[in-house]
Order: sequence, then C-alpha cells, then structure tokens
Amino acid sequence: MRKLLPLYEVFVRSSRGLDHKHVGSLHAEDPVQALEYARDCYARRSEGVSLWVVKSSDIVSSQEDDAESFYDPLDDKPYRHATHYVLPDPVNNM
Amino acid sequence: MKNSNIALIDYVTGLGDDSLILGQRLSEWCSNGPFLEEDLALANVALDFLGRAQMFYDYAAELHNASSSAEPITADDIAYLRDAREYKNTLIHELPIGDFAYTMARQFLIDCFGFQLMTELCKSADKSLAGIAAKAIKECRYHLRRSNDWVLRLGDGTGESHERVQNAFDQLWGYTGELFEMTDSETELLTENISVDKAQLKDAWLKQVKDTLTEATLDLPSDEWAISGGRAGIHTEHLGQILAELQYLQRAYPGLNW
Repeated sequence: MRKLLPLYEVFVRSSRGLDHKHVGSLHAEDPVQALEYARDCYARRSEGVSLWVVKSSDIVSSQEDDAESFYDPLDDKPYRHATHYVLPDPVNNM
Repeated sequence: MKNSNIALIDYVTGLGDDSLILGQRLSEWCSNGPFLEEDLALANVALDFLGRAQMFYDYAAELHNASSSAEPITADDIAYLRDAREYKNTLIHELPIGDFAYTMARQFLIDCFGFQLMTELCKSADKSLAGIAAKAIKECRYHLRRSNDWVLRLGDGTGESHERVQNAFDQLWGYTGELFEMTDSETELLTENISVDKAQLKDAWLKQVKDTLTEATLDLPSDEWAISGGRAGIHTEHLGQILAELQYLQRAYPGLNW
C-alpha cells in the first residue's frame, strides 16, 4: 500500500462578509497542491469566493477526556448568560 | 455558401475538434487517476474541454445553418456523425493517454499553447469567437497552473518520475510543430483579423516551455523529427479508436436521446 499523502482540512467562505466554514478534508503533497485540489474538490460548483487549507496535524483539538473539565463546570454557571439577569423596566430591548 | 463562411466553419470546427478529442482523452482518467483528488481534478479539466468543444460546435452549426438551405445541423451532429477524415484536430490531441507523466507533459505543452492562443483569440474581429475565447481563457490559466506544477513535481521528483516525464517530452516533441502551422482557412481569415497568427505565438510558447523544463531539471528535446496532418484530416490510427468509442451509441442507435 502506497504511503498516503498528508491530510489537509478545507475551509470555504461562501460569500463576501461570511466566515470560512469547514467543509471537509483532502490529501495533497504540499499546501500549494492542497489549495488547487480544494478548488477542484470543494469549490467546483461555485460554492465559494475564498479558500483556506490547513494541514490537519497543525490543528490542536480538545480531547474526549477533556470534556469533564472543559465543559461540565459551565452548566451550573447561569450568571454567565445575559438571560440570567432581570432587567430594569426602562430597558426594553436587549 | 460564401467562401469566407466555409473558411470560418472550417476554422471553428478545427478548434472544436482539438477540444473534444483532448477532453475525451482526459476523461479516460476518470476513476483511474493516481489518487482521488487528482482524479477529480483531471475530470474537471476534461469537462472544461468538452464544454469548450460544445461552444465551438454550436457556433459552427449556427454558421452552417445560416448559410445553407439543407437540413439544419446541431453541435451533436458535428461531434457524432463525422468520420476520422473529417476531423480536423491536430495530432497531439489524439495520442493515447500513456502514463500519468505522459498525460501531464502533453497537457502542459497544450496548455502553454492554449493560453497564448486564447489570449489572442479574445481580440478576434469575430465577436462570437472572441466571446468563446474570453470564457476559455480563465480555465486556461488554471489548467496551465496545474500542468506546470505537475511537470515541476515529476521532473524534479524521484529518479523514476524524472525519467518518465523526460521520455514523455521526447516522444511528444515532434507533434508540437503542427500546433503553429497555418491552414489555408486560417491564413484567409487572418486578413479579416478573425483567426490568430499562430507563427507569432511560437517564441513565447518556447520560452515558457524552456523555462519550466529547466526548472524541472529536464532537457528540452531536440527537433529531430516533426509530423503533421491533423488539420487536413490525416490522422494517426488512434483517432479512429477514439471515435469508435465516442460515436458508438449514435452510430448504433441513430437519434437516440436520454
């Protein structure tokens, strides 16, 4: 089995003013080729006006094991949400 | 039919034939590419050429129908109902795909030429031709970027890739001279600024090819032999085989639709 080429993550901005969204990944020899393949694999039906490619191994992600310490403590801190506060009457729209 | 119309139909059909035959060749890679991403990319390029053929043939059919009282024809008739001797593509387009290095070397030689040709054709006095060229030129730029990239990768890659792509250029070189030959129709249309004076494109083409080959650590092949005849309908044995596959359905079941 041939060695697989490095993996890249692809992000597409669908129109001016919007954010780049992750759309998938692909294999390529280097960033230049990754960008060209991103065009061919993810933007061939005019899906976007801008492309980003990032080497997958350069992305640092949270792990399943981190979930308890990362996210659970936030569940009982309702005061971090604006809706927790009772607004004075004069403030109508917020 | 007016003489100038005959020349124009001949010219437009030849441009369409180049695109159709190369598109058909490239589509042979579909599902056979070296890896998924390249498979998709090659199929995209193949479709670009088929789309270009459609534009040229539509225009050729329109010209034909405007100047003939015979039964009107369509782009499909031009693609599916002519025999090899009536096809006018230059020979380099019809050669078998070979290995991946060969496909990319051919593509690079044609893309360099195509970019020059379409740049000039954008200035044609014939508004329809200029319009087709204006659409095609954007694709040409991308095709050239891709094939140029691959020549560099393969030439400056492993010992095997270098050898394969060098062999490919050596085998293809003799077919490149024909790209710059002018047919009688083209020379005639040149007086009305409709066609492109291809002899003028050669220096820029050669420089671009030379620069890339040098950067790819490849040798520019020598001009030992040259072959031509495609524009006159004299083809290699390979064209008949492409047409057999391309035209099979319409020949076996005339007028079939889906």
